[in-house]
Amino acid sequence: MSTLSRDEVAKLAGLARIEMTEAELVEIASQFGTILDAVARVQELNLDGVKATSHPQPLENIARPDVVQPSLTPEEALSGAPAQEEQRFRVPQILGEE
Amino acid sequence: MIFKTAAEMAASLAAKEVSSVELTQAHLDRISDVDGDVKAFLHVDKEGALAQAAAVDADRAAGKKVSPLAGIPLALKDVLAQKGIPTTAGSKILQGWKPPYDSTVVSKLKSAGVVILGKTNMDEFAMGSSTENSGYGPTFNPWDLTRTPGGSSGGSSAAVAAFEAPLAIGSDTGGSIRQPAALTGIVGVRPTYGAVSRYGLIAYSSSLDQAGPFGRTVLDTAMLHEIIAGHDAHDATSINAPVPAVVAAAKSGDVKGMKVGVIKQLQGEGYQKGVQTRFTESLDLLASLGAEIVEVDCPSFEYALAAYYLIAPSECSSNLARFDAMRYGLRTGDENGASAEAVMAATRDAGFGREVKRRIILGTYALSSGYYDAYYGSAQKIRTLIIQDYAKAFAQADVLVSPTAPTTAYKIGEKVDDPMAMYLGDVATIPVNLAGICGMSLPAGLADEDNLPVGFQIMAPAMQDQRLYQAGAALEAGLASKWGGTLITKAPALKGGAK
Repeated sequence: MSTLSRDEVAKLAGLARIEMTEAELVEIASQFGTILDAVARVQELNLDGVKATSHPQPLENIARPDVVQPSLTPEEALSGAPAQEEQRFRVPQILGEE
Repeated sequence: MIFKTAAEMAASLAAKEVSSVELTQAHLDRISDVDGDVKAFLHVDKEGALAQAAAVDADRAAGKKVSPLAGIPLALKDVLAQKGIPTTAGSKILQGWKPPYDSTVVSKLKSAGVVILGKTNMDEFAMGSSTENSGYGPTFNPWDLTRTPGGSSGGSSAAVAAFEAPLAIGSDTGGSIRQPAALTGIVGVRPTYGAVSRYGLIAYSSSLDQAGPFGRTVLDTAMLHEIIAGHDAHDATSINAPVPAVVAAAKSGDVKGMKVGVIKQLQGEGYQKGVQTRFTESLDLLASLGAEIVEVDCPSFEYALAAYYLIAPSECSSNLARFDAMRYGLRTGDENGASAEAVMAATRDAGFGREVKRRIILGTYALSSGYYDAYYGSAQKIRTLIIQDYAKAFAQADVLVSPTAPTTAYKIGEKVDDPMAMYLGDVATIPVNLAGICGMSLPAGLADEDNLPVGFQIMAPAMQDQRLYQAGAALEAGLASKWGGTLITKAPALKGGAK
């Protein structure tokens, strides 16, 4: 049976930028064994020489002519912003204090 | 009027026996009456719907040529962006967000004069099979209000089954159109990947997601399919080819000489007795209508569920990184000089529900260095094997069939604390998504043990969507003559009146 500890879940949550409560970390850790056992079945087959599929359709890059197309106005693009200033998204502090 | 099919409503509109405003108002009244019990809708756009209906009525009065579904009401899954209308994807992180643009599906519906009644409930970001993972509470199955309507497009399936709308749009990443169609006794189609534009469809797992139609009959579903499908330069994975002739196929409904392949791996153990019985009966019916039934072997399907629950969470962990509290949606904890990273983490904790967090964590794990090859890499190879199994099977049969879901609708709350039990319900629908092909679920009758709807799944190769409708229409006609009408007409009446 696979397991994932509370600390491992906490590390993954940190990587995924989710600040989880202690109860959530414990709950996810407790459910993960069953889920990991189920998904680990992909390792049962010998997959040597099998190509990986990332996408169901054979596709190539599609480029369009470099011509300006209609797009959102700044007002529209900012319409859902939690905070804005001078026609830009206002974000919390990114760098530390100088 | 609301109990008719969309095709019948369209004929009445064309004959001017009823106006679109009257038809739309009748559906809005129905929603007021029964949606307190069913809870299919997250948002009802009464004004917008009536305005669209009035515009179609004016066009018709002026003698303008209108599309076959002009003036017909529809319920839209809340995963599709509609300009100026609250769009949440069932998540608290998008509460109050009003998209500044229309998804291509919505643009196409609007151009066709289809009346969008409102946005329907869903599992958060389409992650789930019961709508219980919605940030806004579950939807209830019109056949039995103590049970789930399936998911993730459960609001859409319930709206159609409850006669709140004759048509609906859903999205299907692992079965999220076909399974709720099965559990509510209606028709649902997941078109070929790339057949319907994903522009404006809020992404869960981009290589698997596809929007598609719901209806109460195969023909209604085909009429909606034809409107929403087609190439779109806004979606780089959109297929640039003519839309398959699905309406013509739904009208022909002939299976004489058609080879129908029964997938050995998608039946038997794990499938409820009543589900298996109705499935076998439908096969016998297809045979009596002239189809040739063959058995096909798809050995890698045994690993499809495992591959899906690695690929989808992996893609979701990447896709949902966009919910970063910076450009739209919820922002919390932005005080006392908190850093952007801290605000992001606090917002994602407050805005995402349990299942979304679980899948992001699983995806982050599967993609992390040291585990990538063993999990995500292996899953992608299994995906290749599944595509190869389908190719061999379609060399022996024109369409493939299975039960849509292993069980009928289960009780609300029954599986919500056992994620793995919930995931197992997707076992028969997932292979279609992994291979990027198309699939339909249509009603096969009621299971003897619980009197709840059973879904019959039909699968066809990529861009052969018309085969689904051809076989589906034949089976539907055969079953309807046996039952004396479509299955949904047997659904118990809703009392209504709840707030």
